[in-house]
Amino acid sequence: MAERSRSWLVVLVALALLVVAVLVSLSVGSNHLPLGRVWSLLLAPDDSLEADILRNERLPRTLLAVVVGAGLALGGLLMQTLTRNPLADPGILGVNAGAGFAVVLGVALLGVVSIWGYVWFALLGAAIAAVVVHLIGAMGGAGVPTRVVLAGVAVSAVLTSFTQGVVLADREAFNEFRFWVAGSLEGRGWQVLGCVAAFVVVGMVLARIAAPGLDALALGEETGRGLGVDVRRTRTLGMAAITVLCGAATAAVGPILFVGLAVPFAARALVGHDQRRLIVLCAVLGPIWMLAADVLARVIVPGQEVQTGVVAALAGAPVFLALVRRRRIPAL
Amino acid sequence: MSDLSTDRRFWVLDVADRLVRLPRRGLLVGTLLILGIVLVAGWALLSGDYEIGIGQVLAAFSGTADDPLAAYFVTEVRAPRVVAALVVGAALGMSGSIFQVVSGNPLGSPDIIGFTTGAASGALISIVVLDGGPAVIAGGAILGGLGTAALVYALASHHRTVAPYRLVLVGIGIGAALAALNSLLLVRASLTAAQTAAQWLAGSLNAMLWPRVELMCGALVVLAIATLAIARPLQMLAIGDDVARGNGVDVQRVRLLAVLIGVALMATATATAGPIAFVALAAPQISRRLTGRAVPGLVASALTGAFLVLLSDRIAVTVIAPDELAVGVVTGAVGGAYLVVLLVSQWRRK
Repeated sequence: MAERSRSWLVVLVALALLVVAVLVSLSVGSNHLPLGRVWSLLLAPDDSLEADILRNERLPRTLLAVVVGAGLALGGLLMQTLTRNPLADPGILGVNAGAGFAVVLGVALLGVVSIWGYVWFALLGAAIAAVVVHLIGAMGGAGVPTRVVLAGVAVSAVLTSFTQGVVLADREAFNEFRFWVAGSLEGRGWQVLGCVAAFVVVGMVLARIAAPGLDALALGEETGRGLGVDVRRTRTLGMAAITVLCGAATAAVGPILFVGLAVPFAARALVGHDQRRLIVLCAVLGPIWMLAADVLARVIVPGQEVQTGVVAALAGAPVFLALVRRRRIPAL
Repeated sequence: MSDLSTDRRFWVLDVADRLVRLPRRGLLVGTLLILGIVLVAGWALLSGDYEIGIGQVLAAFSGTADDPLAAYFVTEVRAPRVVAALVVGAALGMSGSIFQVVSGNPLGSPDIIGFTTGAASGALISIVVLDGGPAVIAGGAILGGLGTAALVYALASHHRTVAPYRLVLVGIGIGAALAALNSLLLVRASLTAAQTAAQWLAGSLNAMLWPRVELMCGALVVLAIATLAIARPLQMLAIGDDVARGNGVDVQRVRLLAVLIGVALMATATATAGPIAFVALAAPQISRRLTGRAVPGLVASALTGAFLVLLSDRIAVTVIAPDELAVGVVTGAVGGAYLVVLLVSQWRRK
């Protein structure tokens, strides 16, 4: 009981932090809006330039960071639980590269332009890459965390090369793509937000349905089956959730590394291994991580904006390094 | 001595009263590789937007061509590109073979442990921040590669030992952070600088001119001689540290020298043509399988690397003609697929 109230406390503190992060994200940028002004504009929008910036740039951008952060963190959490591998991350395991390649193909070959068009390509690419990496990694015997990572690196390398090939051959695509590939939240607008939010909500529902089964599976496949879990159904649900969450997030902002690795790692340190609590906490911590990265990206180089994905990768890499520097890498 | 002369795996030559053993299969494979290189090089010299026949190509080299434009294309455009491909490939092959022997692991190659990305970061900083010419870019690549290799080794070592899998994972982590840094640099650049950098980053042999190729050839010759000087102790290291020590090899010194030469080879190749992915990983492994030896040999790896890069460049030029891919894109795709195969076959065996 004490443990339970403690994790509720953690979630409450995290929620408070999230509110702060959202406010900071609404206020900071090339046009600084003081917090008081943000508040009054939110309550009573007027016709000023500031209101326009807030409504059409800051607000969709901030909400997008929230949605994408939640999606990637949950995707990473599910991946780690399903593969029992603490090193699993949608970026490392090739899912983002798969989504990226599919989107670029859609743009270059079929002239797809709107988010509602290329989100489907991203989902397809993410699903194929996830399955391929999983199959290759499982070939060496399950439960060896490093192998899936190597398989992911190899598959990512192939996909990234193909993506580069397509992009270098098509100048128009290159200019659009060099921002997308670094993971940018800039100028996405309400339309992108609506689309991604819809998919992330679907992914969250799938994750919540799979959660009890995942808890049992985390003890091992045999034990899970013994506890009456439909292993295949749980796995399929989990994989579907990962694909929808990571695919949609990648379609919106480009491939972003290590959010799915670092956030579940922090969440597990805070509330332990219960899947349902972890899902809730990741859905709050992911947005905080993403917002922090995005705010940093806006201020780190004065007068210029850096891609959010760049900051996220630089911030997440030390977590990954700390994990692999441990004496042994325990299977989850 | 008697079993030596009857061993069918070797040819034994009597050179100035000393018996020299030459591996039959190794020589055969070497001959075939050279034949393959000559064929692909011929194809490269003959093909292009400007039609030039075999007679014209030969005439161009002997300086008796009637068409000055044809002579120019053959000797100043196509030939340096072919030579650059061969030299870059040989350097990558040798470097990969050195790294794999020293780390005792096919995955201990410079591509996997983040070295290539580090060299790219160094070069990108030279292009975007310092706005430097070829010499500065080369220097940046070498410094970046050396720094990254040192960092990866330092982070991966635990009580002075380096577990291969940890080396690989740390390399992946550092590589990811550096890749982020690279895209940061790319985004901050102007569109023209960004496109130059992106071309370079993909690894390209396009627009290779003689001065650069000659510089590279000189570096390769020096480094190849240095490599051959430590070839014997290196082969002993491959059998095992104890065996090497028993034969009077200063293990630590040879290892350090080998890594330094390997890094220099890698950096030279990268500085010339940009990061060409996975050749350093694949060439030694392919040559090892071809020659049927337990350890990748230096010469065989160099020949295999040269052949791979030359062939990949041909593929890069022809696959989406009239447009052109960067050779690094082709080696990345093919080499990545090869890495998958390598991993699967390794895991299957265990």
